[in-house]
Amino acid sequence: MSRTYVLFFSTNHAMWAEQVLVARGIAAKVVAVPRHLSSDCGYCLEIPATAAAAAAAILRSSAVEFDRIGG
Amino acid sequence: MGSSCGPTGPEPGAAAERVIYLDNAATSWPKPPEVLAAVQHYLLEVGANPGRAGHFRAAEAGRLVFRARRAVADLLGLHNPMRVVFGANATWGLNQAIAGLLRDGDHAVTTTLEHNSVLRPLHRLQEEGRITLTVVRAAGDGYLDPDEVRRAVQPGRTALVAVTAASNVCGTIQPVAEIAARCRTLGVPLLVDAAQAAGAVDLDLARDGIDLLAFAGHKGLLGPTGTGGLVLADDFDAARLRPLTVGGTGSRSDSVRQPDFLPDVLESGTLNVAGLAGLAAGIDWLHGPGGGPEAVGRHELGLRRRFIDQATARVEGFQVAGNPAGPAVGVVSFTVEGLSPSDLGQGLAREFGVLGRQGLHCAPLAHETLGTFPVGTLRFGFGPFNTAGQVDLAVAALAEICRQERP
Repeated sequence: MSRTYVLFFSTNHAMWAEQVLVARGIAAKVVAVPRHLSSDCGYCLEIPATAAAAAAAILRSSAVEFDRIGG
Repeated sequence: MGSSCGPTGPEPGAAAERVIYLDNAATSWPKPPEVLAAVQHYLLEVGANPGRAGHFRAAEAGRLVFRARRAVADLLGLHNPMRVVFGANATWGLNQAIAGLLRDGDHAVTTTLEHNSVLRPLHRLQEEGRITLTVVRAAGDGYLDPDEVRRAVQPGRTALVAVTAASNVCGTIQPVAEIAARCRTLGVPLLVDAAQAAGAVDLDLARDGIDLLAFAGHKGLLGPTGTGGLVLADDFDAARLRPLTVGGTGSRSDSVRQPDFLPDVLESGTLNVAGLAGLAAGIDWLHGPGGGPEAVGRHELGLRRRFIDQATARVEGFQVAGNPAGPAVGVVSFTVEGLSPSDLGQGLAREFGVLGRQGLHCAPLAHETLGTFPVGTLRFGFGPFNTAGQVDLAVAALAEICRQERP
């Protein structure tokens, strides 16, 4: 299954997003940020690429801040 | 163990059998076994620094911190857990709010019931000529009049009102929602010191209209010492708070500029992850075996009333500081006519293993208000694991010490 990444400004936001997305049935998993996406230390969420739009909508409606989805 | 009037709890262990710990207003003890297990789990099986590395142990540490953030947010009626900022204690949270919000030329309002963790940061700014300060006098029974607070606000100049939710000296619960309503009408942020109230009083920032709230993790929330912090209401503009500390956050590491988003903007440096893991477990205990903060509060208030009733009946010259019967957390301060609180406290600890705290409790203006300055009082703080039987033993010990000490 093709995967994509949700990037955050902070690990704290990634942890919140993981909880919110998993509770809504999206297989989200905290992983280290791939180097090709960011030089920042910390984490992002790995999600199924097919769930990208749904994840974005859920995070926005839950007021969970994120940087971007992709990569 | 447990008692007929409140939540049940774990067997406190052999050490607890040697003492009757009534100093929960300073820090709670014993802690639920789940708290110890959570601390041990982090130290033995996780051990990494949250947000400072890409490996799975660091991610797990991040989850433990988030769990504590979520637990505090849920407890205090916040939607956004990022608005829970952790620090070492309530004092840190109060300093962050006061020094972070006030600007040169501002006016602030506080009250005579406050702990020095509110009074000293404000007094220092006043002494430096940076702010002006009005200290509202509480009534002699230990309660604030919300309209007195409102009258102290100077429209256009007052930038902060800081009040305690419950006195750390006499336990009286303050009308925080009524004060908040007045502050909201006047457009002045309200900072609440919930060091004594959190875990025993139902506090909800959204419902009550509180802007900023400082909490201790190690008192009513049953976590380890070294935990606490500041909570910002969902509608409070975080940009108004200048960070007390800046530094590493594990975020925006490509920049030398402090991040501008919560919690990172106010939360630099490695957190006390072991303590926060324990704090989350302590809050879980409150909601589970503890029966909820209100049930715990009722239990502790029941013990306070039992102590006051029995000591009044059995100890000659026993006098409660503040209102003995009004809304209160499980904290009581008292004197016995003709005897020094210090001698009483030391005698009870030495002879009977009854542990309270004598003196001024870092709240000199509260003692002045209550008429117990400068000698102070002996304070008992009841916790969720104290029992009616322990109260009875403490009263008997107090009566015996008074008999021995009287000339």
